[in-house]
Amino acid sequence: MTELPLPVKAAKVNARNVQVYYGQNHAIKDVNIDIPSESVTAFIGPSGCGKSTFLRCLNRMNDTIVGCRVEGRIEIDGEDIYDRRVDPVQLRAKVGMVFQKPNPFPKSIYDNVAYGPKIHGLTRTKAELDEVVEQSLHKAALWNEVKDRLAAPGTGLSGGQQQRLCIARAIATSPEVLLMDEPCSALDPIATAQVEELISELRNQYTVIIVTHSMQQAARVSQRTAMFHMGIVVEEGPTDKMFTNPDDRRTQDYITGRFG
Amino acid sequence: MPVAHTVSAYDDELRWLVRRLSEMGGIGEGMVADSVQALVNADMALAQRVISEDLLLDVAEREIYDRAVLIIAKRQPMAQDLREIIGSIRIASDLERVGDLGKNIAKRVIAVHTMAQPKKLVRGLEHLAELALTQLKEVLDAFATRSPELATSIRERDEEIDAIYTSLFRELLTYMMEDPRNITACTHLLFCAKNIERIGDHATNIAETVYYVATGDQMSSDRPKDDDTANVIATSPGD
Repeated sequence: MTELPLPVKAAKVNARNVQVYYGQNHAIKDVNIDIPSESVTAFIGPSGCGKSTFLRCLNRMNDTIVGCRVEGRIEIDGEDIYDRRVDPVQLRAKVGMVFQKPNPFPKSIYDNVAYGPKIHGLTRTKAELDEVVEQSLHKAALWNEVKDRLAAPGTGLSGGQQQRLCIARAIATSPEVLLMDEPCSALDPIATAQVEELISELRNQYTVIIVTHSMQQAARVSQRTAMFHMGIVVEEGPTDKMFTNPDDRRTQDYITGRFG
Repeated sequence: MPVAHTVSAYDDELRWLVRRLSEMGGIGEGMVADSVQALVNADMALAQRVISEDLLLDVAEREIYDRAVLIIAKRQPMAQDLREIIGSIRIASDLERVGDLGKNIAKRVIAVHTMAQPKKLVRGLEHLAELALTQLKEVLDAFATRSPELATSIRERDEEIDAIYTSLFRELLTYMMEDPRNITACTHLLFCAKNIERIGDHATNIAETVYYVATGDQMSSDRPKDDDTANVIATSPGD
């Protein structure tokens, strides 16, 4: 990509000339992308294409990896998130993340959700914290299933429930951006449908970015899709177009099951 | 299909659709050509054969539907593949209709031959049929080669068919005005002409589908229309 894309209106996240190196390995090459707010953007591409690496740049998760170097500029609401004055822990409260495998803390359901608000000092009283926990579980469409056993361990829930618990945990800090790295790959079809329904709900409030290996999932839940291949964004645009009539040969071959 | 799918059975399934469609195209072409021959030569046996062949197209259309639905369910096709499958369903419908129209011409052979027809009329009908058949043949080629250019030129040529149909329509009206005893045969011939004109329209539909399958875009909607029969009125010979 030599030409910079035009800024999308109401872009929440702007990435410019982003490079990521793992030691000698140039994993992300010159990525330029604008991610609109209150919408779902899907990152697709074959394994090792860099989509998860790029996703993790957005809340500085790569900072923790030894030998990983990020160059270029990533802005959220116009602010450079790699600025020295930015506290990565604060950033991660604003940019939440849900992982591939549900990873609840070995604590009660209540404490899983309450953890973020507590460490960030977002609530002052127990009543306020109770309120945040209940609201987050409601938003994650889990409240009705767990309201009578909030003290039970989170790890005792089913896979789909655990994933929704992790989503509740991620939204408990009132993030503005929600990163999801293959959030349904360990779930059965029913739990997957519940999480997808949830993603559609969350879109009204958050900027959601989802990495998925399921083309159908990307087509179903997202409004925009970016196709990654060998560390570059080969094509990015409205999801409807990407899955019916993509411009790039590599996108076409990938989504139709011809390589990858 | 330039690059093979990782799952080769998927390619086999798509190829099956294309093969079955070209078989349908062949049968449809044959039926139309034979029905016009039967009409021209008053060949009842040939007409009867055309009528019985229609069943083959009905069966093929249903098979294509069933397989297409199965492929969609099994493979969740995307982009070009999805367009191919949806396109196949649409083309199968058009070809099945072409068969119906050919069959309808064949059914009218007996009624038409209750009287001797003016050579000129039959010639006109033959010419119309030739044009429609050329369109059908070329549109099947366009599908086989996924050529949007060929598809575009086919749609543009439909104009010619419409113009000849309009002039046939006028002629038939004139014959009916001249002698009311011509009315039965001429009315049947009029339906035959209309059927052939409709076959041309189905070729145009297929051309539009081919264009969409190949490019992912719809052809522009402004196409030439020269079927002017809606405005033709009968004037008595003396006027």
